[in-house]
Amino acid sequence: MSAPAWEIGEKLEERTLPPIDRVQLIKYAGASGDYNPIHLTDDAATEAGLPGVIAHGMLTGATMGLLFSPHLEYGYVKTFRSRFSGMVFLGDTLRVGGRATEVEEAADGVLHVFDVYARRGEDTVASGEVGFLVYGD
Amino acid sequence: MLYEEFVGRRSEAVKNLVERGAVRKFAEAIAEESPLYVDEGAARGSRYGRLLAPPTFPRTFDYGRIEGLELPTAGLIHGEFRISYERPLLVGEELRCGMQLKQSYDKQSRRGLLGFLVFERTGESLEGERVFTTNDIVVVTEAVRRGIAV
Repeated sequence: MSAPAWEIGEKLEERTLPPIDRVQLIKYAGASGDYNPIHLTDDAATEAGLPGVIAHGMLTGATMGLLFSPHLEYGYVKTFRSRFSGMVFLGDTLRVGGRATEVEEAADGVLHVFDVYARRGEDTVASGEVGFLVYGD
Repeated sequence: MLYEEFVGRRSEAVKNLVERGAVRKFAEAIAEESPLYVDEGAARGSRYGRLLAPPTFPRTFDYGRIEGLELPTAGLIHGEFRISYERPLLVGEELRCGMQLKQSYDKQSRRGLLGFLVFERTGESLEGERVFTTNDIVVVTEAVRRGIAV
């Protein structure tokens, strides 16, 4: 394999993630230290006026980063931005994807900029921007 | 504006270790599949020479406390997260991490008066070299604001 290069407008291969389940939320709570009970127990979620427990926004954010994992041998995620626009519930199946918007020369390589999203059906639950630096050497 | 007197204040920086087991658990929780986060052999043979930490891993660090700033424990909305790296973050490094309340502003919305708090968090090597900077936007709804004595 050789170093990846993306043309402006080129899409990243969309990935469909396994449905969100409670075990994953418990794992993410433990791994991140975010034990906010609205992510863990139905009672806390109902009390907060939600129809059920919701996924951590940062978990949805992190899954958009997975788009770049196949390319880590050649570079890394240098900038990452995630805006949270919708709630994610147990059983939701998310798709993550993105599209190249810019290519910039950087000191140590080439920075490829992407618009990225996480969607449930047609609803965008998170969107953002990733700058992936591909090393020049 | 909410917490106006705290804008510009910083926490005292706290030392954090990018711990291998913590990275492995985090990678597993986000269903990360790259071996470069978890497989030491693969990492040794890579350009980094060591295991990497996932891009949003710095979320797990301790950034200290801004003295006197007590946010509500429930009802805050995380609106946006941003991170920018000077270089990749590696497992086994020690960082000094701190935070600052950068901005506080209000916006009228259809759902009432919203408060926005912008926090900047930074991680530096023990030699003082900046490794990453994060920005978080936290949204305080009108209902939550009523519970804050302001």
